[in-house]
Amino acid sequence: MTGLLELLGLGASAELLSLSGWGGNLLRGLVNSLQIAFGAFGMGLVIGLFGAYGKLYGGKVTRDLLAIYTTVIRAVPELVLILILYYVGSDIINKISAAMGGGRVEINGVAAGIWVLGVVQGAYATEVLRGAIKAVPTGQIEAAKSYGMPAFMIMRRVTIPAMMSFAVPGLANLWLIATKDTALLAVVGFNELTLETRQAASSTRAYFTFFLAAGALYLMVTLCSGVVFARIEKWARRGQPSLKGGTA
Amino acid sequence: MDTATADAASPEIDTRPEAIRVAGLHKSFGDLEVLKGVSLTARQGDVVAIIGGSGSGKSTMLRCINFLETPSAGQIVIGGEEVAMRPDGSPANQKQIERIRTRLAMVFQQFNLWTHRTLLENVIEVPVHVLKTPRAEAEARARQLLERVGLAGREDTYPAYLSGGQQQRAAIARALAVDPSAMLFDEPTSALDPELVGEVLTVIRDLAAEGRTMLLVTHEMKFAREVANHVVYLYQGRIEEQGPPAEVFGNPQSERLKQFLSSVA
Repeated sequence: MTGLLELLGLGASAELLSLSGWGGNLLRGLVNSLQIAFGAFGMGLVIGLFGAYGKLYGGKVTRDLLAIYTTVIRAVPELVLILILYYVGSDIINKISAAMGGGRVEINGVAAGIWVLGVVQGAYATEVLRGAIKAVPTGQIEAAKSYGMPAFMIMRRVTIPAMMSFAVPGLANLWLIATKDTALLAVVGFNELTLETRQAASSTRAYFTFFLAAGALYLMVTLCSGVVFARIEKWARRGQPSLKGGTA
Repeated sequence: MDTATADAASPEIDTRPEAIRVAGLHKSFGDLEVLKGVSLTARQGDVVAIIGGSGSGKSTMLRCINFLETPSAGQIVIGGEEVAMRPDGSPANQKQIERIRTRLAMVFQQFNLWTHRTLLENVIEVPVHVLKTPRAEAEARARQLLERVGLAGREDTYPAYLSGGQQQRAAIARALAVDPSAMLFDEPTSALDPELVGEVLTVIRDLAAEGRTMLLVTHEMKFAREVANHVVYLYQGRIEEQGPPAEVFGNPQSERLKQFLSSVA
């Protein structure tokens, strides 16, 4: 193994990327990135579900507020939003802390990252899920109503499972965006993969090695996600004949 | 002659309990008044066929009975229990509506099976989750019902892989699974290919023969004449004529009914 790397002239790179050195930093950055992506995606799903139901069935005020939320969030560049939400969020927490007689609060980077990206993801998830819910044939919901299901049970047993097949492709996109948006958190000094890579690269001057390694890590996340989402989609589409096979 | 409804000639001799009573039912969609005061009573064991041209309000009437449409005015009494309504016709008590709906099983024109669930899961869904029947019991009963409608061996199939006739028979099994006090059929064969109509009608005919209470909106006049003990003809939101099938089909009184029957014959 080492012989082969030496032969290819990659011995120095392999050494730089060793797990006990900068390579370990990169992996820790990746773990942080994934934590944030998971949290933000999950938070986005929850916001999105409430948002979608609010937009579809809510009163006028609810619908207007949600329209403002999704429009503003989707209109403003994410980098700007991250800066705004991060500084506004930490400012508010510090003001509250001060008001309660406490000192400056050290903001947990992961929590802040999840909150900031979660708010962004929520706006997109609202639209993805709203579209998916609308695509569920009304007859399926009527059937549930006509058999006496309460509204929440209809949502849990009929609407959500039936909309999954429409939602999964859009949600898979959102997840991939979430993994890559974590890189934007570098601007607020959070130690995710991109910032770790930059630090490693500028310390060692081995820019090419480290950014290539980071690129490979992002690619691996994407490939693994693809496999997982393909499974989820297959499950969500159970009961639907495949388009390829024609009519069954 | 069987007197099927309180509106018929001599209700006092009929002592069977009421299953469904509708009185003065009005329904408007915006400016369009679809039902203009319809009254109808079905007693236990009655098979009431509701016929009429397109836009006559027959489906709307059926859908008002279990509040899939909110009536604009009127009174609805299911099994002796009056549905509490606000002055605008909307249900005053959602819990009551949900309870009453579990006793009225509906069969839809488009089947409306839950496509992400197998036939067995479709049939046990309401018993297990709404009626809280133990799962094993519900499954055993569901298998019997599916066998009864000729779908034994298809328990684990998803609806999309079945013909329309098979789906509709599964939908009937789903309706029977709640052990309903009355069944509402909303044009159950209208979406089917002609050669599949017969198999569904056979199942409905058997149910009628065992004394199930049914309201049946249909375009199948021959079938209505055969299974119903009371026929209601709706015209532009009003009951134009009603009576035993032999009378309504054999000796129609109103010009409109005569025209309607000759147009669908």
